[in-house]
Amino acid sequence: MNSIVCITQVPDTETRIKIGGDGRSIDETGVKFVVSPYDEYALEEAVKIREAKGAGDVTVVCFGPERAQSAIRDCLARGATKAIHVIGDSLRADSLGIAKVLAAVIRSQPHDLVFVGKQGVGTDNSLVGPMLAELLGIAHVTVVTKLEVGDGKVTAYRETEIAEEVIECSLPALVAAQKGLNNPRFASIKGIMAAKKIAIESKTLADLGLAEGDVYETRVKVVAMELPREKPAGRKIDGSDPVAAAKEIVRYLHEEVKAF
Amino acid sequence: MADVLVICEVKDGKLKKSSREALTIGRQLAAAAGGSLNAFACGSSAAAAAAEAGSFGVATLHVAGDAALDAYASEHWTSAAKFAVEASSAAIVVMSATSAGRDLAPRLGARLGAGVASDVVALEWADGKLRARRPVYSGKAFATVEIGSNPAIATCRANAFPAEATGAGACEVSNLAWSAGDTKAKLVAVNVPETTEVSLADADVVVSGGRGLKETANYAMIHDLAHALGGATGASRAIVDDGWVDHHHQVGQTGRVVSPNLYIAIGISGAIQHLAGMSSSKHIVAINKDGEAPIFRVADLGVVGDLFQILPPLIEEIKKAKAH
Repeated sequence: MNSIVCITQVPDTETRIKIGGDGRSIDETGVKFVVSPYDEYALEEAVKIREAKGAGDVTVVCFGPERAQSAIRDCLARGATKAIHVIGDSLRADSLGIAKVLAAVIRSQPHDLVFVGKQGVGTDNSLVGPMLAELLGIAHVTVVTKLEVGDGKVTAYRETEIAEEVIECSLPALVAAQKGLNNPRFASIKGIMAAKKIAIESKTLADLGLAEGDVYETRVKVVAMELPREKPAGRKIDGSDPVAAAKEIVRYLHEEVKAF
Repeated sequence: MADVLVICEVKDGKLKKSSREALTIGRQLAAAAGGSLNAFACGSSAAAAAAEAGSFGVATLHVAGDAALDAYASEHWTSAAKFAVEASSAAIVVMSATSAGRDLAPRLGARLGAGVASDVVALEWADGKLRARRPVYSGKAFATVEIGSNPAIATCRANAFPAEATGAGACEVSNLAWSAGDTKAKLVAVNVPETTEVSLADADVVVSGGRGLKETANYAMIHDLAHALGGATGASRAIVDDGWVDHHHQVGQTGRVVSPNLYIAIGISGAIQHLAGMSSSKHIVAINKDGEAPIFRVADLGVVGDLFQILPPLIEEIKKAKAH
């Protein structure tokens, strides 16, 4: 069983966002970059499957700038066996552009399962997974919280607003991981040392037969980015008299929120 | 001139609220682009929604009535929706960012070679292009994106657009010649939780608890307050990671992003991760004993006090007020 795990590197979720000088991206100064949190579930699932089967590769594929190499190393330290880094300015690419890059890499790699995180944390598009599956001509299941691997098929449990869907897919298939799928491991010292011996294969768009126009800002372009409007300061009250505080909350809920 | 197609979800012959919201913004876009508003719905009860669609200004409802489309299935819905896009010659395709819409839009986008803006909170037609405003970094910033492809696809965030019928208009039904082919994925079961709880995704009221509750058993107070208000229960990442509450309830950057009419944060300090998931709520109430907690920066009404003292009379007072 060979798995591909597509990852992206994003600002840590504790980052305080500042807008960059171009007015349409974030200021990366001082930002700590990490593996996108949902991609950690994707990676862990692939590594677990490999451990259970005792065979096959877990290949990490990342389209991103040079700095993304640290995220790839992190994935290798947590159990991935191979890595391919397509170097490029992924923030300027639209989701279909990213999917085209990943598809071009994956077509030449053996793959039974393709994993992605359910969204890249930050850009929050949740688009690349199903787009990639469509380009590869395989089934996809998004927001997956449980996965069972059978003979030539997988059963994926998908979280919806009100229920859980159980979906059976023939392989190869793409799975978009949601929190709850597993508990991602931390990199061990042994893992970090082993990861250093693995060469990261580096590629350019040209190597994949792609032109910049296929990938960058072709269909969707970010034209502006701004911080949310500051909310006017609210009211803070003293709750040392619990009954009075409760009554004031109820008055607020009734008169201003019209909650009842 | 650009025609608009709104991909609707119909349940028991009625449009879902999220689809009525999408139709309303779709109608505005059609007016701005000088085109017509059409819709697509699928499944055996889809055609029954025609009159309701007409009340939102839909000229033609394209229907794929095959029962294979009753439940959401990515491959079937993608191929049926593509039929509708082609039949309606739509330049703008809008749907709601429900679990079906989020799954369908990207697959359809890739099939059509179209750009997609997801989870948008505002849409406009400007200079012959669709422009969308969407939260990024879980609402810590907003991006304006321009979609240059034809068609341009957008999914709308729930509650971000009002649903307003025009009250007039007949809607023609056009049956698409779609039939189900083979699929690689099959829905084999739907597990509906045995709960009367309101779902976090589309709740008008969300009551969330955090570490201030001290121990897992006290989360029952969050249930009681949510129940009294007819709302859903949420949680901070801290208590989800500690295993007090299932991750389905997590509100924040790696949980669910919610924007209900009312959000009540109980014993939540307001880590930036959490604020990202709830600060766009219309009204925010916070109870926390630490007056310096960051949650008070976003609260419309902040109560500095002991939640264990305040919650019991609060639940009582709400029950009394609702009984009137």
